[in-house]
Order: sequence, then structure tokens, then C-alpha cells
Amino acid sequence: MKWIAAVLFAAMLVLLPSVAGDFYVNLASQILIAAIFALSLNLLVGFGGMTSLGHASFLGVAAYISALLTSRYGFAHGPAAIVSIAGTTAMAAVFGVIALRASGLGFLMITLALSQVLWGLAYRMSNVTNGDNGIAGLTRPMPFGISLDSAASFYWFALAVASVSFLMMTTFVSSAFGSSLKGVRDQPRRMAALGFNPWMIRWITFIYAGFWGGVSGLLYVYYNKYIHPTSLSTTSSAEALLGVIAGGSGTLSGPAVGAALVLLLKNYASAYVERWNMLLGLVFLFIVLVMPTGIVPGLSKLLNLRRGSR
Amino acid sequence: MQFWIIQGLNSLSLGGLLFLLASGFSLIFGLMRLANLTHGAFFMLGTYFGATAMRANSDLSIWTVAVSAGVAVAAIGGLFERLVLTRLKTNPLGQVLVTLGMSFIISDACLALWGGDSIPVPTPQNLQAPTRLFGFVFPTYRLVLVGCAITAAITLYLLLERTRLGAMIRAGVDDAQMARAVGIPVANLFTIVFCLGAGIAGAGGVLGGPILSAYPGLDADMLPLALIVVILGGIGSLLGAFIGSFIVGFIYTFGTALFPELAYIILFLPMILVLALRPQGLLGRLGA
Repeated sequence: MKWIAAVLFAAMLVLLPSVAGDFYVNLASQILIAAIFALSLNLLVGFGGMTSLGHASFLGVAAYISALLTSRYGFAHGPAAIVSIAGTTAMAAVFGVIALRASGLGFLMITLALSQVLWGLAYRMSNVTNGDNGIAGLTRPMPFGISLDSAASFYWFALAVASVSFLMMTTFVSSAFGSSLKGVRDQPRRMAALGFNPWMIRWITFIYAGFWGGVSGLLYVYYNKYIHPTSLSTTSSAEALLGVIAGGSGTLSGPAVGAALVLLLKNYASAYVERWNMLLGLVFLFIVLVMPTGIVPGLSKLLNLRRGSR
Repeated sequence: MQFWIIQGLNSLSLGGLLFLLASGFSLIFGLMRLANLTHGAFFMLGTYFGATAMRANSDLSIWTVAVSAGVAVAAIGGLFERLVLTRLKTNPLGQVLVTLGMSFIISDACLALWGGDSIPVPTPQNLQAPTRLFGFVFPTYRLVLVGCAITAAITLYLLLERTRLGAMIRAGVDDAQMARAVGIPVANLFTIVFCLGAGIAGAGGVLGGPILSAYPGLDADMLPLALIVVILGGIGSLLGAFIGSFIVGFIYTFGTALFPELAYIILFLPMILVLALRPQGLLGRLGA
């Protein structure tokens, strides 16, 4: 049963562009990007117990590096992508060293401060980043000579990247290393006594999450062909965190569902109301107060209850 | 020489403002183990209240405005604490997330109410004339700000160290469970400290108005500075917040004046240094 459902779901994803219009295909591409981003944050929040409020740093920095290299320094997309992912991963390694000096709320505050500093830089260093105007007029890459300019081709590209990232992150958390990560989340002292190095486990996870955050940032800038400091803002980090928590942190697919919900809400709400930030804040209050374990665990709990009563 | 002295004074006055912001943040964190991310928004709310009041009636004294805006922001903070935060006592992560949500709500409400343009706040008329000291000219208002911060620091110190309320707060900071066991109403202390912190931030927002002016995004500009202050100074320590504020004030002001584009990066350095050598902060006792 499970396999059939998975195959059907995969077929549905692949065939989506042949049934849906461009608007929905583009929406689906955005959801895929947001899902990769949320999944990478979930490695930290859900599996590592490290709540980061600065994950947008990785998305934004990868996007900015790629945008600058291709538009200003004449890089081809391939090398630009490699440099930007490598740069973002290196930054994650440095940020990890700084932020992992603390844990819990201290970690959260440091990640927030670091990302706010980057956000401020993107605004202020206007001769590099073009400040509030952002960098426009970017292009999409042409992997193997295939143009990604149509909605469907970009969707398939994003779907391929998202599938790889989902597989790799799933492997990551279900590996022996993933078990030690969960061990460090729940019982850091016991893990240390058992001979594990909690700091190293957290640091590697932080870097790995930064890497996938960078990948989502590349897709983000390819999709939008534009980059603005807001992609580095706390709002951007908070949207992803809301997706993770709404979907259920520490579950494998929950954050993807949560990210999709946040994105749909954002798209539909901004068609009717201007006040996305206020709505985001209200949804935060609602989710935390009413559904603290997230929507996916909440629903599966309900299902189990119904099965049990039968 | 005039440049260095003026920038020095600017640093001191920014440090003073940061203290008004960070001391409340630090107190709240120390007692409630809560990183109150609404704090920047409380500050901004104060600035907007002050800007509105002083532009509507230029005869109002800035002190009256600061105190009443402080009380108003404290009331909003108190409501938020009572209605939302107390429900999440056992969920520290949830508490941080609702303060983040609240900060989005407040800053978006400010944007809706006051619009996207920055609103300049006039310097009070009796403080507009520059002060001459030792042959140098100082903007009086900034001197007064430094005085305000020092007064606030001394008042807070006396409140915490010399009063019954302060003793109860200190007991709560050190060991909330034990404090409860000996009959200290810790839940009420939470509300009092939250209101106090929010109120100081709101009043600080009014006082900062003439220097910073009220604009959307002020909260996002101030919050990281406050975070860096408490990371530097040590979370939960009043003296740490005081020292940290002036360090950040100096670095940020001189950084902006000398290397305008890199000021934000320069802010990193002391934070990294302190985290590397003393992760609990200069004067922190808590392993946050």
C-alpha cells in the first residue's frame, strides 16, 4: 500500500505540468524550493534540537554570491554555482563555530544576530549588493544545454534537485550518524560519556544544513531571477521555521508540508491583504498555542485514535 | 579633535540608548529564561508614540512623553505576558516563537498606522542649544541621554539590590523553584519584570526618537544590537548590559564613521572574541 501511494505521488509530481497551468506549476516550483529550505532547517531544529533563527543567511548568501558572480563578474552558471555552494558551506562552518559556543536560547540569539548582520550588510553595502534595489536581470542556467526558462522545465529541474535533497537528508537522519545526532539532542551528557563528541556532531549537522540551505538559495535566485535583502531577513528565516514547526519538526516530510502551507498562505493572502507580516505573526501565535506539535503529527495522532477506536 | 570628541559623545549616547533597550531584555532573560524578541518592537512602538505625541503638541516635555509612552508599552507588554506567555510556561521554544510572532504583528501594525516614511522627531526646544565645555561644542541632547542612561542604571541597580522587590527578583533569577517554595510569587514577578523591561524599552524609544527618528525597520535595526550587547555583557547581568551597551555603542559609532560599509562586520569581532574566550559573556553567570 505504502509503495503504491508513493509511486502514485511521484507520478503526480512528475506529471503535474501536463495537467496544471503555468501559474500552478510556478507555485509548485516555489513550494519545492521552500521545502528544501525547510527540510534543511529541520535537520537543526527537529533532529539536532538547535533552533536557528538565522537560516535565511544560507539561502540569501548563496543567492547573492551566484547573482554577483554571474551578473557582475561574467562567471558561467556552473562555476558560479560551485563557488556559491562552497562559499555558503564554508560560511556555515564558521557560523557553526560561533553559534555552537552556546546552546538553546543562546544559540538562537547568536544565529539571529549573525543573520541580522548579514541582512544589514546587504542593505548597506550598496556598491556591491545594490542595496534596497536588489540585483535584477539575472538568468537561469542551462544544464546540458536545456533551457529552464519555461515554467515546466524549471519545475522538473527543481523537482530533480528536491528529490535528491530529500533522499540525501533522509539518508542523513536515518544513518548511524543521524542516530547519534538524535542522541545528542536528547541526552548530550550520556552521548559524551559514551565517547561521542556532541560538539562535532552538531557542527557537522550545522554545515550540512547550511549546504542544503545554500542549494535552496541557488534555486531561489534561479527561479526569481532577482535577489533582494529581504531574502536574508528574519522574516525569511521565520517563515521557514514556521513551516518546520507547523509541519512537525523532527518528522521527515512534515516540514515540506508546512513549508507548502506557509507558501500557499503567503501567496493567497497577499492577493487579498497587504499585511503578510501581521498574518505571519498571527499564524505563529496560533500554531504555537493551538498545535504545538505541528499539523502532520497532529493529524496522524487523530488517525491513530480513529483506528484505535475501531 | 572635534571629530573624535563628537563621535565619542555619539557613541556614549547610542550606548545609553542600547542600555535602555538591553537592560530590560537581559532582566527578562535572567528571570524568565525567555529571549524576548519583541523587545525591538517595544522600542520602536515607544519611538512612534513619542513622535506622534511630540509632533501633535510641541509643548509637551519629552520626560512626560517618555514616561507615558513607557507606561503604555509596559501595559501592552503586560497583556501579552499574561494572555500568551503564561500559557506556554513549559514550552520555552514556543515562548520565543510567540515573541517573534508578536514582533511581526507590532512592526506591521506600526507600518499600517504610521506609513512607510520615516518620521523625524524634533529635539526638545530647551535642549537644542549646544553646550560648551572645555572649548568644545557638544549637542546638549546627547549629553542628556547619557545622563538618562546612567540614572536608569543606578535606579535599576538600587531597585534590584536595595528593595524587597529586587531581592525577590534576584531570588527568582538564581533559583526560581526554590523561590517559589519559600513563598515568593514568581508568576507575578514575571509579569512585573516583563512590564518593567517593556516599559524601559518604550521610554528608551521615545528618548531615542530625536536621534534615530521613527521609521519602519527600526526594530530590526535595534534588536540585533541589543542581542550583541547581552551576548557580550552576559545574559541576566545588569552591569554586563551596561558595559556591553557602551562597547557596542563605541564600536558601532566609530565603525559607521570610519568604515561606513563595514560597521556591521566590525560588530562581529567583539562578539566572536567574547564567545571564544568567555562564552557566558563578560559578566554572565548563566550558561544560557
